Amino acid sequence: MTVSRTTRLVLFGALVLGLGVIYFPLLVVLLNSVNADTTFGWPPSELTLEWWRRAIGNEGARSALWTSVRAGLAATSIALVLGTMAAFALQRYRFFGRDSISLLIILPIALPGIVTGIALNNAFRTVLGIDLGLFTVVVAHATFCIVVVFNNVIARLRRLGGNFEEASMDLGANGLTTFRLVTFPMLRSALLAGGLLAFALSFDEIIVTTFTLGAGLETLPIWILNNLFRPNQAPVVNVVAAVLIVASTVPVYLAQRLSGDTASGGRL
Amino acid sequence: MTTTTPTPPAPTPPAPAPPRRGRALDSASSFLRRRPRLRLGLLLSAPMLWLGLAYLGALAALFATAFWHTDSFTGQVVREWTLENFRTLFTDEVYRTITLRTIGIAALVTLIDAVLAFPMAFVMAKFCSPRAQRILVIAVMTPLWASYLVKAYSWRVMLSGNGVIDWLLAPFGLDSPGYGLLATVLTLSYLWLPYMILPIYAGLERLPASLLDAAGDLGARPWRAFRSVVLPLTFPAIVAGSIFTFSLSLGDYISVRIVGGANQMLGNVVYDNIGAANNLPFAATVATVPVVIMLGYLAAVRRTGALDNL
Repeated sequence: MTVSRTTRLVLFGALVLGLGVIYFPLLVVLLNSVNADTTFGWPPSELTLEWWRRAIGNEGARSALWTSVRAGLAATSIALVLGTMAAFALQRYRFFGRDSISLLIILPIALPGIVTGIALNNAFRTVLGIDLGLFTVVVAHATFCIVVVFNNVIARLRRLGGNFEEASMDLGANGLTTFRLVTFPMLRSALLAGGLLAFALSFDEIIVTTFTLGAGLETLPIWILNNLFRPNQAPVVNVVAAVLIVASTVPVYLAQRLSGDTASGGRL
Repeated sequence: MTTTTPTPPAPTPPAPAPPRRGRALDSASSFLRRRPRLRLGLLLSAPMLWLGLAYLGALAALFATAFWHTDSFTGQVVREWTLENFRTLFTDEVYRTITLRTIGIAALVTLIDAVLAFPMAFVMAKFCSPRAQRILVIAVMTPLWASYLVKAYSWRVMLSGNGVIDWLLAPFGLDSPGYGLLATVLTLSYLWLPYMILPIYAGLERLPASLLDAAGDLGARPWRAFRSVVLPLTFPAIVAGSIFTFSLSLGDYISVRIVGGANQMLGNVVYDNIGAANNLPFAATVATVPVVIMLGYLAAVRRTGALDNL
C-alpha cells in the first residue's frame, strides 16, 4: 500500500505525541519529587532534595515498603509454581475443558479488581473465618499473578516444542533427569521474567489489597492512598510515588532483556 | 534460540547407574511416564484447587451473599434468600444513574483508547524496522507497570489549580478542567491506553503486508484499504484490547475518588457498602453488575476470536 508522505508524517506525529502523553505524567511525578513548592506549582521555581531526605526517614513509608516486598515475594513464589504447572498441563495435553481452564486463569485479571477483592474478603472473613492479615494479601495476589507466569512459561514451551525432551528421553534419561537437565534450563529465563513481572504486578496492586489487607498493615500503594489527601504529606507522597515508578519499571526492563516472549503479550 | 542443529543446550550424559537416593523418585518418574492422564491430573491439581475451588468458590459465595440481607438493627448478615437488594438496585434512581454513568464512562474510555491506539499501533507495526518495533513495544509496555495509583495521582497533581495542564492551556486562554467526570474519563483513558495499543499492535503485525499491497494494486485509497481490509482483520485485536479498557474502567473506584470530585461509580458504591455502611450483601449485589456485564461481553466476543488475542 502506498501512503502519501503527508499521511505518513501525520501518523508518525501521532505515535510521537502518544508516547509523549504516556510518559509525561510519569516525568511530572519524578520532577515534582524535587520541586521545592509544596503545592507543586508549575513550572518548578526551585529544586530541592529535602523531600527525598524526609521520605527516607519516614517510618510509615519504610514499614510499608517492607510489607510490600514480603507480600510480593511470597505471592510470586506461589504464582511461579502454580503458573508453571498450569502452563505445562495446557501446552502439553489436549483435553476436554482446556479452553475453560485458560479462561479461568485469565479471570482474576479480566474481572474488575473490586470483584476479586470483595469475593476474597467475603470468603476469608465469613466463609473460612480467617482474620485478614499479610497471609490473605499473599493469597489474593498469588491468584492474579498466576496468569503472568503462566503466559511467560506457555509462550516459551510453545516456542521450544518437545524435541529436546524427546531426544533426552531417547538417550535414556528418565522424566526427572530430563526436567532437571533439559526442560528447566530452557525455561529458566522465562521463569525469571515471569517472576519479575508477577512481583511488579503485586508490588503496585491496590484494589484487591484494600480488601484483603489486615488492619494496621500498609503496603506502599495503600500508604500513598492513605496519605494522599493530607496536604502536608504531599511532597513525601510524591517521593514515594517516584520510587514506585522506578521500582516497577526496572523489573520490566530486566524481564524484557531476559525473555523475548514477554514482548508480545502486554501486561498479561 | 538460533541454532539449527538439534543439540540440547545442556546435553544429558547417559546415566547408567542412577544415584541410590534418587531411586524412589526415579521409579515414580517412570511410573508417571507411562500414565499421561495421571501426569496431567497432577499438573492440573494444584492450579485447579487454587483457581477452580478457592477462587471460583469465593465468587460463588459472593454471588450467594447478594441474595441475603443485613439486619437493620444488629448489622449482622441474615442468611435468608431475598431479591430485595436487586429490587433496590433496579428501582432506586440513584443506583440506576450510577450504573449508567459507569457504563457510559467505560464505553467512552474504550472508544477514546481505540481511536488513540490504532494509529500508534499501525505506525509501530507497519512503518518501523524490527529493531525499532521492539524498542517501541518496550516503551509502550513499561509505563503499564508503573503504579496505577501513581499515575492517577499524577493526573490529580497535573489537573490541580496551578498545575501543568493549567500552564499548558493558558496560552490558548483555557483553564484546567479541574476534578470531575471529564477528569475521570481522561485519567482512565490514560491509564488503560497501553492495554489497547499492545493487542492492536500484535494483530497488525500478524496482518500480512501483501494484503495491503493487494488492496493498493486493486486501486484502494488508504482510507478504503483501512476500512475494507485492515479494520475487519484486526477487529478481534481491538476487541481484545477493549476487554481490558472496559473491564478495568467498570470496576474502578480509586481514580474517580482521586480526580472525580464528588462523582461516584459502581465501585464506590461497593466500597462504601463494605466499609462505612457495613452492608456486605448489598455490596455483593452491586458487584454482580460489572461481573454480569463482563461475562456477557466475554461471551459475545468469544466468537470473534478476541480471546486468542489476549
